[in-house]
Amino acid sequence: MADPLEKITADAADDSPDPLDSYAGDARRYDELLDRSGTLRPHWEPLISRLAADGPEAAQRGVELARRLVIENGVTYNVYADPQGKDRPWALDPLPLLIAPAEWRRIEAGVAQRAHLLNALLADLYGPRKLLADGRIPPELPFGHPNYLWPCQGLKPRDGRWLHVYGVDLARAPDGRWWVLGDRAQTPSGPGYALENRQIVARVYPELIKAMNVRPISGYFTALRESLLGVSAASPDDSSQSSLAVVLTPGPFNETFFEHAYLARQLGLPLVEGNDLTVRANTVYLKTLSGLRRVHAILRRLDDDFCDPVELRADSTLGVPGLLGAVRAGRVTIANGLGTGVLESAAWLGFMPSTAEALLGETLQLPSVATWWCGEKPALDYVLRNLDRLVIKPTFPNQRFEPVFGRDVTGEARVRLLARLKTRPYAYVAQERLAFSQAPVWRAGPRPELAARALGIRVYAVATADGYSVMPGGMARIASDIAVDVVSTQRGGGSKDIWVLSSDGSEDTEASEPIPRGAVRHDELPSGLVENLFWLGRYTERCEDKTRLLRATFSVRAELQVWAMALESCHRFGVLDEEEEPTESLFDDEMPVGLASDLSRLAWCATRTRSKLSAEHWRSVSVLQRQLNEAAAARAEPRETLDRLLLALASFAGFMLDDMTQDDGWRLMMLGRRLERVQFLATLLRQILESEDVPRCADLDWVLDVGGSTITYRTRYLAAPRLALVIQLLVFDQSNPRSLAFHWSAIRKTLVQLAASLGGAVEDAMEDAIHRLSAAGLAQLEGAGEATRAARRELANALAALEASTGKLSDRLGMRHFSHTDRDEQTVAM
Amino acid sequence: MSKPEASLRYRILHRTVYDYGSEVVHAHQLLYLTPRKSAHQRCLRHSLAISPQPALRSESIDAFGNPVTRLELDRPHDRLEVDAHMEVELMARPPAIAGDSMPWEALRNFLLYTAQPLDGVALEALQYRSESPHVRVKATLAEFATDCFTPGRPVLAAAEALMHKIHAEFTYAPGVTTITTPLMQVHEQRRGVCQDYAHFMISCVRSCGLPARYVSGYLRTEPRDLTGMTDEEQGLVGADASHAWVAVYAPPFGWVELDPTNDRRAGVDHVTLAWGRDFGDVSPLRGVILGGRSHSLEVSVKVEPILP
Repeated sequence: MADPLEKITADAADDSPDPLDSYAGDARRYDELLDRSGTLRPHWEPLISRLAADGPEAAQRGVELARRLVIENGVTYNVYADPQGKDRPWALDPLPLLIAPAEWRRIEAGVAQRAHLLNALLADLYGPRKLLADGRIPPELPFGHPNYLWPCQGLKPRDGRWLHVYGVDLARAPDGRWWVLGDRAQTPSGPGYALENRQIVARVYPELIKAMNVRPISGYFTALRESLLGVSAASPDDSSQSSLAVVLTPGPFNETFFEHAYLARQLGLPLVEGNDLTVRANTVYLKTLSGLRRVHAILRRLDDDFCDPVELRADSTLGVPGLLGAVRAGRVTIANGLGTGVLESAAWLGFMPSTAEALLGETLQLPSVATWWCGEKPALDYVLRNLDRLVIKPTFPNQRFEPVFGRDVTGEARVRLLARLKTRPYAYVAQERLAFSQAPVWRAGPRPELAARALGIRVYAVATADGYSVMPGGMARIASDIAVDVVSTQRGGGSKDIWVLSSDGSEDTEASEPIPRGAVRHDELPSGLVENLFWLGRYTERCEDKTRLLRATFSVRAELQVWAMALESCHRFGVLDEEEEPTESLFDDEMPVGLASDLSRLAWCATRTRSKLSAEHWRSVSVLQRQLNEAAAARAEPRETLDRLLLALASFAGFMLDDMTQDDGWRLMMLGRRLERVQFLATLLRQILESEDVPRCADLDWVLDVGGSTITYRTRYLAAPRLALVIQLLVFDQSNPRSLAFHWSAIRKTLVQLAASLGGAVEDAMEDAIHRLSAAGLAQLEGAGEATRAARRELANALAALEASTGKLSDRLGMRHFSHTDRDEQTVAM
Repeated sequence: MSKPEASLRYRILHRTVYDYGSEVVHAHQLLYLTPRKSAHQRCLRHSLAISPQPALRSESIDAFGNPVTRLELDRPHDRLEVDAHMEVELMARPPAIAGDSMPWEALRNFLLYTAQPLDGVALEALQYRSESPHVRVKATLAEFATDCFTPGRPVLAAAEALMHKIHAEFTYAPGVTTITTPLMQVHEQRRGVCQDYAHFMISCVRSCGLPARYVSGYLRTEPRDLTGMTDEEQGLVGADASHAWVAVYAPPFGWVELDPTNDRRAGVDHVTLAWGRDFGDVSPLRGVILGGRSHSLEVSVKVEPILP
């Protein structure tokens, strides 16, 4: 008789099939999950048994949760070649790559050594150039490299630190060792994505991450922040001011802009574009709302040759004129130093072992993938003989040459390739092709199952007072197909979190450490950012007003007289086309001031101010976009879709009140909203009053609906609408949050606050118009006589004056707070 | 032919005037307007008169050994005037016999990387052998030079042959190119001014695997021997403005300067300001302005011999 216990176990196993069933080994590769005999490696044991116990439905939920979080958090990666220029959602496989403690110690030591080495190499290349004179490094490598910046020759960065942040791509060869594929020494991208991946995966596998003693990666960001601010605090001059560091981005068109914004938030540093900074007397300043604020350190995500149009690339419009002068004067620290881009070439790899010996007197710990720089005659001969097993790459990043696998190049193309190699051998590098290790990923399908994919990892290090500190984790990048060994985010691969396991719990673990987040101080607000916030406020309100206008219009029946008036008003506001059927032009993005256009302007402003928006707030922007797309697709029920759009807008606007720091930038954003509201409502009411006819009951119902005050009117007056009462409610009633008076009072209050905070006189551009309107009063509005017509006309004129005054105030605010945001221009004389 | 002179002195005024459409509120300017010292050139006097008064002015030496001036202007201005006054003394250059220079392939091979230590002169020469922003290295450019760089030919003889060829095949044509005209377009249309001649010749030499650098400076505008001949009569092009020519590395003579626009070696008519990989390294006045909108530019150069 069988043991009953055994029977039960077997049954349970039948119910949930072994998740490894679908996972195939590959003899050519190292397998992260299974050893040579096909047995699970011990450090994967807890994860795999958990997956087995949870079953396929749980796996499915996990995959979906990860996908949803990626979309909702707005994690994106722009691809330059994408014809739409649209953000592509980040691809994340929620299953982490596990790395055992002993193995990690080897990687960690190797990466730290390499960072140290590259820093020493940079110091030599921009200093004594001893390695070139000694013949250890071919002079062609720096001299032919577009990012070897001649004006940086002789620069001595503070503490001799060129490399502050470092990224390195590694892959595991079939022999089980990790090999270096390439160094990222200019502006290594990815640490922000790594942290975002971690936060998402931690929500997918919350118990596992606690149970498995996974080491936290947030310390990297604390160290980076301290390094930037610490370096700057050391500056001896003007120690009275606390130091300021910023994150410099090329802007929202960059492929990793999401990460720039995310990093800036995470580090609590202002995200700035070149235009937000200015150099005066060799000192870098941030143009803030309250004037110029000295900047001590810059974490740049802008390529170094673009950083200063005066001394570096003259065609750069993204840089900061005079920046190099400030660096030379030792008055600003740039991470990474200007000129570090010279290391971005595969050609350096082959020279690293001898460089390590010359500069550090050490043996290089991490081997590089076998690399031949063709500028050496013997190397070229070898490459020509072995072309079929090598990948040919350009030496310099400005060459128009895509890496090719020798074996794939045949016929004419091969003749051309050989000619190129012989003509300019120094411009090419050959690398051995490495069979990357493989690890499990969730393969999509009706039931997700485990599949094997090749992967490489990117590991990061940051300079600290005690040397380079390596992030225990990073980003694994997976190939799009099992047979492919090229891992590239630009080419559609995916990413994974890396879990470095703690050996005995002596290190910090994920469960024990909170995510740090610094706050940007209010006096560090770039005026460029605040200008965009101001417009974000305006477009939020503008979209809401136009949506209400359209919804109220589509709510009235077309056979009623009010329909004509409502339509007329929509035409005047530019939200419907006079030539077309109303539903045809409703979501037409060709209408210059139509709802679709204004919504895309709103999304643009949100993109430019993303560093100020919480993840949830940002998510509501994508909801808004989705609502618009759905609305445009389903034109049949405009009222329903407009209803949903209005809710999405209300939610976006709600985050402005509840989720944003109420600093001067926020005040200007709210001013933008209120100005827009006053302008819209004043225009709407003026149009009604200018009409020859006395507004009818149905007209006033429509006005109340557009003004968002139907319910308020009903509860207050319990009667059919009358003109005087409607005007009272929408213009003068301070307790109605949708009235003009409510908003102008709030505007007055905010202007007083701004003047107190930023100095200067209180702006009074609207005062005269407000007094005139208050004087106009409500008497004699109703009725058909000449006197009542005159009273209506006077009120309409007063409203027109109020409209005009909002424009004046907007201009004055612009001149006062945003005038720093002009563009620079280059000039060259012979 | 005029007799060789021991030395000549020149007085030079290089005047640059920008008129801006609206006020420039802030500007950074980078100036290469100080004559560089060399074995055959001394700078006797030099001054820069700048209006408006810059907030900051600093002098230093760049990575190629050239004097460079950096300015910051922080007062609103709608006009910028820079007058560079200089007096230089030129000495005759030591003779370099083309036929005695190193065969060009030997030089090319000597400069190839062999993991051996390099002396400072060779290392310096290598700075000028790669592509740079205004200089291309291409097989078609090496082909253009192939009938000049014949097997075994001494490098200076080959370079002079290339200079003759460019001078013969190119037409001097002001106004058809700007500093942003791509080199390969100059190659196609074979027209341009001294910058184009120089960049093209440098590109050909570097495409043959040899170093060549860009020299910025002036050509005297007054007839030297007071025969009353004008420049045009003497066949000199490129006066009354800043001029540019080429230096090639020709051991054992070192760097020898060739002027492809005038098809002659640079001599006591050529006043050197600065040299670099190409125009971009040594442009006389380059800046970034805030404001200004449109602007008009006027440059004038006067080079007069100082009579003894």
